[in-house]
Amino acid sequence: MRGVAPARIMFVLALVACANEPTERLILLPGANGKVGKVAVSAGGAPTMIDQAYGAATIDRAGKIVQETTERSSVERDFASVLDALPPRPISHTLYFENDSDVLTATSAHEAQAILAEIATRSVADIVVIGHTDTMGDTSYNDALSLQRAEKLRELLVGLGGDPRRISIAGRGERELLVPTSDEVPEPRNRRAEISVR
Amino acid sequence: MSHRVQHWAIPLVTLLLMLGGGGVPATEVATIKVLRGTVSVERNGQVLPGNLGLALEEADQVVTGADSALGMTFQDNSLLSLGPNSRLTVDRFQFNSTTHDGTFETSLKQGKLAVVSGKIAKHKEDAMKVRTPSSIIGVRGTEFVVEVAARR
Repeated sequence: MRGVAPARIMFVLALVACANEPTERLILLPGANGKVGKVAVSAGGAPTMIDQAYGAATIDRAGKIVQETTERSSVERDFASVLDALPPRPISHTLYFENDSDVLTATSAHEAQAILAEIATRSVADIVVIGHTDTMGDTSYNDALSLQRAEKLRELLVGLGGDPRRISIAGRGERELLVPTSDEVPEPRNRRAEISVR
Repeated sequence: MSHRVQHWAIPLVTLLLMLGGGGVPATEVATIKVLRGTVSVERNGQVLPGNLGLALEEADQVVTGADSALGMTFQDNSLLSLGPNSRLTVDRFQFNSTTHDGTFETSLKQGKLAVVSGKIAKHKEDAMKVRTPSSIIGVRGTEFVVEVAARR
């Protein structure tokens, strides 16, 4: 069986090359984190699973699926322009603030430089900034403070060239604690804003 | 009575507009983020120029010219791009951003497509599908390319 397979594949490819009909192929790629996903290809019959990096399914003129393995170099050559047009990956970051303030902590202020500059370089970035507080102070005070924190980051983003029409902000007050605490507990990790970029 | 309604309605509408990030239509399923060469979008029998930032809707057909390419980011964070001389239809896109339930179906009629699947495919196997003229691809994750050769 194994000895027959290569000959059969060559025969099928030769047929495909001569045919006037569309030919199709799918190639699975390793993910950005190195993890390889899985796709199921069906052409009328039972699905063929492709779950190896650079594993391919070619569909011949008769609608038959042929499994192959291709190489990174040939994918990069044949699909260069389409891969190059993939938009940047959506990202999210959390930045932290000083107590009862819209001033970033020293560590976050340092990180923010690179994060915000990278976001501002994206064309047509859709940005959502959501501010949060710890449980010190009452609800309405924290609602305002959380919104003020989000607003501060929006100003920074716009200052770096971000499109204000594509930045939306919200304050969630003390409703979504990163670290659950009782009321009136100071907790630096809850004094934050989350920036999501798509 | 109507006067009182208007009083609080104005700040509320202003707030909603602010949160909406600039009046994004509710039917938007994706945004054009990368554009090279000539790209057009066929919608309800009309042909729109494919501009950067254009909001795509369900049932749109996206067409690229020679030496052209296009990148789109969908609301579930799926990334799709098309190479030159390609044609893709967004057949269905439904996404619940709270539960991540959804359905995402596209058809590649011709050309080259690259996919990085997003939250819909991650949440449920085969909720994302790509159709080609002779196959259906059920997506379980995450990155792949598809080619449908042109008729000669």
